[in-house]
Amino acid sequence: MDIELMAEAFPKILSGLPVTMVLAASSLFLGFFLAIVIALLRTSRFRPLAGFAYSFVYVFRGTPLLVQIFLIYYGTGQFEAVRESFLWPVLREAWWCAILALTLNTGAYTSEIIRGGIQAVPFGQIEAAKACGMNAVMRFRRIVFPQAIRQALPAYGNEIILMIKSTSLASTITLLEMTGIARKLISQTYKPLEIFLIAAVFYLALVFIVTRVVAFIEYRLNPEQRDAARVPTAKDLQTAPIGDIDAGFR
Amino acid sequence: MTLPDWMLLLQWGDAGWGDEMVRGMLMTLAVAMAAFLLGIVIGTAGAAIKLSRYLAVRLIGEAYTTLIRGVPDLLVIYLLFFGGSMAAMAVARVFGYEEYIEIDAFAIGTIALGTISGAYATEVIRGAVLAVPKGQIEAAKACGMSRFLLFRRIMVPQVARFALPGLGNVWQLTLKDTSLISIVGLVEIMRQASVASGSTQKPFTFYLAAGVLYLVLTAFSNKGFGLAELWANRGVRRA
Repeated sequence: MDIELMAEAFPKILSGLPVTMVLAASSLFLGFFLAIVIALLRTSRFRPLAGFAYSFVYVFRGTPLLVQIFLIYYGTGQFEAVRESFLWPVLREAWWCAILALTLNTGAYTSEIIRGGIQAVPFGQIEAAKACGMNAVMRFRRIVFPQAIRQALPAYGNEIILMIKSTSLASTITLLEMTGIARKLISQTYKPLEIFLIAAVFYLALVFIVTRVVAFIEYRLNPEQRDAARVPTAKDLQTAPIGDIDAGFR
Repeated sequence: MTLPDWMLLLQWGDAGWGDEMVRGMLMTLAVAMAAFLLGIVIGTAGAAIKLSRYLAVRLIGEAYTTLIRGVPDLLVIYLLFFGGSMAAMAVARVFGYEEYIEIDAFAIGTIALGTISGAYATEVIRGAVLAVPKGQIEAAKACGMSRFLLFRRIMVPQVARFALPGLGNVWQLTLKDTSLISIVGLVEIMRQASVASGSTQKPFTFYLAAGVLYLVLTAFSNKGFGLAELWANRGVRRA
């Protein structure tokens, strides 16, 4: 173990941390909205729309992310029409290609997670909402979406972690995020283990923070599962002072 | 009749890249299968380690799965790619061999992907072992089964069935991860596609073809795992 080298590598890999985080955060943010649209199309009763959403998800989940990145970054330049269009300044840049590919990829995976959440909402509740006279938008906003998110959160936490790891593929199209820098350092120093361990520390720290934050949000979103909110037992009610009968509730 | 451009590029034989791409697909399939099998072996051992009675042993298993699952696969591949040949050279130096050693790309790819899929397989198999009802194990012991017989008759058939869906996911992940092995120089789909697009200046055509080949592989293996699950669950009562 070359401790000195590790100390030297630490700030260098740290300089790639913002790149990794911005890549992951922006594609997760954009991908989330894409996922909601895809999930809604997927559950649509209009066949062509549902079919389109299905094939989008199928293709993006069935091919490696590397293919998607290369197809967008190297592939689009093959066409004269693309090179002369307004899109070219965007598709020429590795940065935007990486964000585009990561967004489409996470959109496909997340839409399946959200679809699972939407379909887990009991049908009786939707019927009840209809009976109350809610229109489709309000039903989605008030009844379906809040419950779907709760249901989908643990799986979405995994997706966030997967995306953080997936940003490493951006290094294959010249972006210097943490893995890209680590690779450069390894080929310069020929000390793979030391560099690997330093990079691993950063990734594990990110993953750890994400799991804690997701667990916290899960805790906040599911008040009925918390101790303080459990239905009061007969004993609680007996000891509660009169007039404060609902003390056990929050 | 003139064929469209992309068909000429992908035709079979010396004039096109069709046969090269399909050979790349076979290489992808081969390395994925080798890595998946290695992953199951590692996963079985990993599950045993994580279910050990001893805390120190459990911690080793925990460190392995946490590290591999928390770090990008590409980084693990870099470690084993650069570290592998150095480790081999270090061993060779002990025996007085001083030349540069390059490990076979297929071997290093199998080891790297096997290490990665092994971590995921560990969790799948561990879950499957825990899913076997405790009462059955007690009953088997009460019948006087030896540890080996209990393992063979009670555990293996059920663990295999419970683990099948999870292992299907691990297979898909391994299959798609093989694309990262192209950086090691193994001529699989991705490598072949970038060689072809380099020499023809048609990257879109070849990366799209690569995508289609991966889609074929994932679609067929999905179907295969679906059938395997049906077969494994024959005779199981369904709610």
